[in-house]
Amino acid sequence: MQKKFIHWPEIIIAALLIAAPFLLPHLDAAPNTVNRILVWGLFGVGFDILFGYTGMLSFGQSAFYGTGGFVAAYLLTKAGFPYVTTALFIGTFVAAVVGYLIGKLALRRTGIYFAMITVAIAEIFFFIEFNPLSAWTGGENGLPGVPQPTWELGFTTIHFTSGWNLYPFLALLYFIGIVIGYRIIRSPVGIIFTAIRENPLRAAAVGHQIDSYKVTAFVIAATYAGLAGGLLGVLQGFMPPDAFMFDTSGQLVMQTAIGGRGTLIGPLVGASVWLFLQDFLQSTLNLGAAWKMVLGFIFVILVCFLRDGIYGGLVKLFDRTFRQKNIDSQPRDSNNSLGNGGASDTKKLPVINQIPKFRTTTHDYSGPILQTFGLTKNYGGVFANTDINFSVQTGALHGIIGPNGAGKSTFFKMLTCEVHPSSGKIIFEGKDITGLEVTDVCQLGLTKSYQVNQLFNKLTVRQNLNIAALAAIRGKFSIDLLKDLGHVKGLKEQVDYTLELVNLTARNNTAVSQLAYGEKRRLEIGLALASSPNLLLLDEPLAGMSPQERLDTVDLLKSIRKDRTMIIIDHDMDALFEMVEKVTVLQEGRILVEGTPNQIKSDPRVQAAYLGGIHEAENT
Amino acid sequence: MINWPNFLSQFFNGIVNGALLALISSGLTIIYGTLGILNLAHGAMFVLGGYAGYVALSYSGSFSFAVIVGTVFMLISGVLIERLVIRHFYSRPHEDQLLLTFGLSIVIVEIVRYFFTSSSITVAPPQIFSGITPLGIMFYPTYRLALVGIIIVALLALYILLYRTRLGMIVRAGIEDAVMVDSLGINVYRVFMIVFGIGSMAAGFAGFVNSPVVSLTPDGGESILVQTFVVVVIGGVGSFPGAILGGLIAGEIISLTSMINPAYAYVMLFAAMTLVLLVRPQGLLGLKGRE
Repeated sequence: MQKKFIHWPEIIIAALLIAAPFLLPHLDAAPNTVNRILVWGLFGVGFDILFGYTGMLSFGQSAFYGTGGFVAAYLLTKAGFPYVTTALFIGTFVAAVVGYLIGKLALRRTGIYFAMITVAIAEIFFFIEFNPLSAWTGGENGLPGVPQPTWELGFTTIHFTSGWNLYPFLALLYFIGIVIGYRIIRSPVGIIFTAIRENPLRAAAVGHQIDSYKVTAFVIAATYAGLAGGLLGVLQGFMPPDAFMFDTSGQLVMQTAIGGRGTLIGPLVGASVWLFLQDFLQSTLNLGAAWKMVLGFIFVILVCFLRDGIYGGLVKLFDRTFRQKNIDSQPRDSNNSLGNGGASDTKKLPVINQIPKFRTTTHDYSGPILQTFGLTKNYGGVFANTDINFSVQTGALHGIIGPNGAGKSTFFKMLTCEVHPSSGKIIFEGKDITGLEVTDVCQLGLTKSYQVNQLFNKLTVRQNLNIAALAAIRGKFSIDLLKDLGHVKGLKEQVDYTLELVNLTARNNTAVSQLAYGEKRRLEIGLALASSPNLLLLDEPLAGMSPQERLDTVDLLKSIRKDRTMIIIDHDMDALFEMVEKVTVLQEGRILVEGTPNQIKSDPRVQAAYLGGIHEAENT
Repeated sequence: MINWPNFLSQFFNGIVNGALLALISSGLTIIYGTLGILNLAHGAMFVLGGYAGYVALSYSGSFSFAVIVGTVFMLISGVLIERLVIRHFYSRPHEDQLLLTFGLSIVIVEIVRYFFTSSSITVAPPQIFSGITPLGIMFYPTYRLALVGIIIVALLALYILLYRTRLGMIVRAGIEDAVMVDSLGINVYRVFMIVFGIGSMAAGFAGFVNSPVVSLTPDGGESILVQTFVVVVIGGVGSFPGAILGGLIAGEIISLTSMINPAYAYVMLFAAMTLVLLVRPQGLLGLKGRE
């Protein structure tokens, strides 16, 4: 596969940044406006990683913008620190540290709560700057006299002042900022951010510690905000207290949404629209204070009708007109079968090291891979599972059946630690995993494919599998922010192998939303497989499939059982009994009977359970 | 200046502020609980209500008439906003809903600014509540005393509406599980519309009755919105009693800290919110899993 050149955005941005000072004066653009756009754009790169990519809408970015700005400005004015660029980086660092602390707090809650807490934080920072810290920050007067940077390069000295003279300094920092931004979103961390936005539950279940990644995104946003805040002081020669105001956060949010979220460049586009329109409405149309009302209306209309913003909308339009063929260029398999009639063992699979090295327990442990003792789950007076003692040998293929409401899915949820038992113990490979988190259990090598598909819908098949495989390769948390996804060792092999297993190789660049149901079901199993579990739980893998798809999936399940233990829940008895060696029947939350498929088929208690005989017996 | 009369008067201020916050927060919390939308335009509704009442007052000269007109105007505005825009966002992600209501808040505030400029407007209290009342060891503005009564009446009305009527029962059931209510054959969208109207009405009512205490400005809603968020985080989302308890706590924290050093009022409020988040993340009277 040839590697596609992915750095066009950076090159185009570099070209535009270089061309701007030659072109824009002809359009009567004020250099000061252009410089402000760059500062907002840089501020927005970090915010877009937080909001556009990770899906966390913060209204509190002014807190970090102000922190970075005032720390740098204080150093340069009141403290008499002479090095402008160094002061800017110190301010940035302080903002990042503050971002870490605030992030830890704000991320205790998600969604709506997160938004509310960030609003409160922004407001409180403003008050702290204004009152208790006014001796340092100048209170309502701000800090005047912020100097501009001078670079001693040995052979010459560059003194940046204002207007077009300051522009190269800001343009260079913006460019470095956006190049780093692109690297971050193309790194493993970047794709995990997107996974958190698309489906946080599954991102955690495949083995990523999402809280730490969220804090990482928050710190990244705070870092960019801190640098941008410092640049605001340099740009104006004065650090204004309104940097800390809620309006600052609001303007950033609006510019990002107007320009296009999830694009990195969107905030710059949004800032250009915002600042030029503001100038235009105020000075050319003489609207005075009403300019903000007009922009507010534009914003509301955009949110209603153009969700992806201006840049996102343009990209879509471009795709629709010029790249029609590429969108769904990958044909669906006409022959949808897996191993050509059950000959799956002859299928050539790429040979790779299946079990990543960090899982050491597998080698020195012998005995049942999974055991539960007295596992019970009750919701108030309702007992979903009662006193389940269960054991599975390493390498076994075990089936669980039971009527609807028998507690099968709850049992699985307890095994993967999505739900914690009311009492009882779960032992996996000799280790007590009761009370662990789902992420840690997946990292130990126990995972599940879901009854209802839990996929990352806006991403492609390959990206989906990348997310799961990364957790197995990198562990639950790692900050390789600048590493290219293509350079992660073993990732491509693992994903190609999984694609081959679930027969989705031909569809690897198709978005999940365009897959057929059977393909989604296979990808669901693929997500669980890509994290290379030792014990794989499958919750109704055959549900909703056509007869042909069922046959194919049974073949798939048979072909993947090598090297791993599997427990399968399904209602399709014929298929299940053909595959498994042992069956456990659950009824009303208890184990009714265990045995080989043949024993189960002929057991009168099982027949009665399915025909409802037990209830009648109890009632009479 | 910490002395007994000073403490008492600040304590009273805390109750006045707290009751006001409780009323506004209950509006926010029932909208969020039922519709699942955090209304960032709630502060703007507070401002709009204040100005609506002010216009009615300047035409009629009657304070109580202005209260009625302003309240009805807010009910209608809320219903219209829900019908015209909010309705189309129920199936969109939370972020889009936040962006929308944030945009609405800017539009509303800027419309107000367009007609009334940024300068503040002082509203005189009604004749019978003007002046000050001697309370034994101190004097206290009569209108503020009356305001506590007015807000208690409003909160009682809201309580009766929520806990003693058929509509209230549907709303409370909707807070627990809107999908279930819908599948029971109740037109949940009509309920959403009414709830948004009632929530806006609560904010608008508070905006006007507070105008003799704090003069009207287009930007007055912002800090109210933030305080409301703190109240809801402290009290627990979707909880009417939580909003009242949270409101009173927030009101007292602001007032009592202001007595010692006004600069730290917000810092203390933030500290209280942090404490609640650390110790009881779902809020004092909130239920786990209700987000």
